[in-house]
Amino acid sequence: MATRTRTASELAGDPGAAVEVPEVARVRVPPRSARSELRAIKVVWKRELIRFSHDRLRILTALMQPFLFLFVLGTGLSRIASTGTHGVSLRTFVFPGVLCMAVMFTAMFSAASLVWDREFGFLREMMVAPVRRSSLVLGKCLGGATVAAFQGLIVLVLAGLVGIPYAGGLLLVIVVLMVMLAFTITAFGVMVAARVTQIQSFMALMQMAIMPMFFLSGALFPVIGLPLWLSILNRIDPLTYAVDPMRKAIFSHLHVSAAARHDLVPGVTWFGWHVPGALEAAVVGLLGTAMLGVAIFQFSKTD
Amino acid sequence: MSQPATTPGEAHAAPAPAGAGGAVVVSGLTKNYGELEAVRGVDFTVEVGETFGFLGPNGAGKSTTISMLCTLVSPSGGSARVAGHDVVGERDEVRRHIGLVFQDTTLDGYLSAEQNLRLHAELYGVPKALVGPRMQQVMEMVGLWERRGSLVNHFSGGMKRRLEIARGLLHSPRVLFLDEPTVGLDPQTRRSIWGYIRQLKTQEEITIFLTTHYMDEAEYCDRIAIMDQGRIIVLDTPEALKAQVGKDRVQIETDDSGPVIAALKERFDIDAVMAEGKVTFGVTDGERFLPRLFAELGQPIKGISVARPSLDDVFLAHTGTTIRDAEAQNNDNMRNLARLMSR
Repeated sequence: MATRTRTASELAGDPGAAVEVPEVARVRVPPRSARSELRAIKVVWKRELIRFSHDRLRILTALMQPFLFLFVLGTGLSRIASTGTHGVSLRTFVFPGVLCMAVMFTAMFSAASLVWDREFGFLREMMVAPVRRSSLVLGKCLGGATVAAFQGLIVLVLAGLVGIPYAGGLLLVIVVLMVMLAFTITAFGVMVAARVTQIQSFMALMQMAIMPMFFLSGALFPVIGLPLWLSILNRIDPLTYAVDPMRKAIFSHLHVSAAARHDLVPGVTWFGWHVPGALEAAVVGLLGTAMLGVAIFQFSKTD
Repeated sequence: MSQPATTPGEAHAAPAPAGAGGAVVVSGLTKNYGELEAVRGVDFTVEVGETFGFLGPNGAGKSTTISMLCTLVSPSGGSARVAGHDVVGERDEVRRHIGLVFQDTTLDGYLSAEQNLRLHAELYGVPKALVGPRMQQVMEMVGLWERRGSLVNHFSGGMKRRLEIARGLLHSPRVLFLDEPTVGLDPQTRRSIWGYIRQLKTQEEITIFLTTHYMDEAEYCDRIAIMDQGRIIVLDTPEALKAQVGKDRVQIETDDSGPVIAALKERFDIDAVMAEGKVTFGVTDGERFLPRLFAELGQPIKGISVARPSLDDVFLAHTGTTIRDAEAQNNDNMRNLARLMSR
C-alpha cells in the first residue's frame, strides 16, 4: 500500500497537464468490529471535550448561577435561617444542591448541541457513518457527562470556602455522584433532542424540566416534615437521589451536633424506610441508563 | 431545432447495461411521503469508474433518490445496490464504501479543518497509520493543507465545500455522491470544484454520482439521467442526448451569399437559408462536417460558427418546459414535502 504524498509544488502545477499520476494512499476500511465501535464512541466523546475547552465563555457563564445561589442567596438567607440550622452555615447546606445545578445546566447545554448539530447538518455526517447509532448516542452522553462533571469540579474547588474539608474519600463520592447525575441529565437531554428539532423549543422544555427538578429536589431545604404533596413530588424527582447522598457524605465529614444532623440531613425515606446512599445513586444511574436506551431507540429509526 | 419529444418509454432504450456488476444498480426504486410520490420507480445502472449525473429541476426527486442510495432514507419500493451491497439489507457495507458531499454543509464549524477530517477518519475506522498521509493527500488536492489548523467557521462557502469533498474521499470510497456540489458557489469556485472532480478520476478508482440543475455541469458527466417529477425521462451520454434533439447549427459569414447557398445545395444537398445576415443551416455532427465544407465548398467565406444544441434544448424537448419553469412549478411541491418530512 503506497503512501507517497504529493508536495505542494506538484499540486501547484496544472492538474490537466500532469502526466504522472501520483500514487495514492488508498485506504481499506476494515469491517465493523467492536474496536471500530469503540473508536466511534471515543471520537464523539472527544469532540464534546474539544468543543467544551474551546468555549471558555461557557465555562465562565456556567459558574454564574452557582455563585449567586451560594454566596448571595446563601449569605443573605443565613441571617434569618441561623436559628434553624443549629449554627451550620446555610452555604454549607445548599452546597451539594448548587453543585448539582452547575452539573445539570452544563449537561443540558451539551445535549442541546445535538439540536444545533442537526440544524447545522453535522448530525448527518455522524448518522451516515458506518457505526451503530448506539455508539454515537453513548459517546455523546459520555461526552456530556464528562464536561458537566468537569464543570462541577470547578465549583467543587469552592468547597473550602463554605467549610467543607477536601477529604479524599468525600471528594471521590461527590465526583462519582456528579458523573452519574451528569450522565443522566445528558441522556435525558439527548432523548428530548431526538424529538425536538427547534433549539428554542428544546431550551424551553429543558428549563421547564430542570428548574422544577432543582426546586423540588431538596437542594435548598431538608426533606423532612414537608407537606404531603411536596413530599411526593420530592420523592419522584430524580435529582433528590443525587443531592441527598451528596449531602449525607458531606455532613459525615463535618463536626456538627446530632440535632443539626437530624434536622438538616434527615435522609430520603420511602414509606418510612431510610433509603441508603448507594441505592439512591443506583436510582440515578438506572434512570440514566433507561433514558439512554430510549434515546438510542429513537436515533436508530430511519425515515 | 424542434424535434418531437422522445416518449418516456424510450428512456430505457438508452445504453444502461444491466447486471449486478455496476457501481450503482437501481431497479424500480420508489419513495412516497404519504400522498406525495417523490420518486416514482426509477431504473438505471452506473458503471464502475463512470461519472454519472442526475439532472433536473429542484424537487424532481434527485435528492430523495440520492438519499435512498446513501441509506439515509428507506425506499418505499424497489431495490438498489451500491458498491455491490443492498442499501436496505447491507446498510453498513454500503456506508463504508461511499463518500458523501451534501448540498448543505455537514462540517463542525467549531472544529478545525484537520479535526473535522480526523473525526471522520475515526468514525469510518480508517487504519491509524494511514490517517495522516491520506489526510494530507486529500487536503492538498483541494488546496487546503496550509489551512488545516483554521476553524471551519472562518472558511468561505467555497472552502467549506472543498473541505467536504476532501473529507468525502478520506476513506477511499468506491462511489462518491455529490448532491449539488456547486450550488451557491461563485463561477470561479465552481470551476475549481470541477477541476478536482476531473483530477480525481485520474487518481482514484472511483465512481462519481452527482446531481445538478446546472446544464453546463451536466456536460462533464459520462452519462446523464434527466429527472422530472420523480421519473427518469431520458438517460444517455450528453452528446447522444443532444444529437437526439437536433442538428448543430452552422452559420457562414460571406460577402456573396448566393453562390454559397447554391454550392451547399449542389455539393452537400443542404438547404441553407439566410438568418441574422448569415448563411444558416443545420447539420448533424457539425465539427466533422467543417473539414469537408472547407475542402469542397470552393467559395470565399469570411467566418464560420458552429453551435451545438444545449442540454437546455434536450430538457425542453423531453419535458415540454424549460428547467427554469419546471423549478418554479416544483417549489410548491417542495414546500409540501418539507412540511411532510418535518413532522
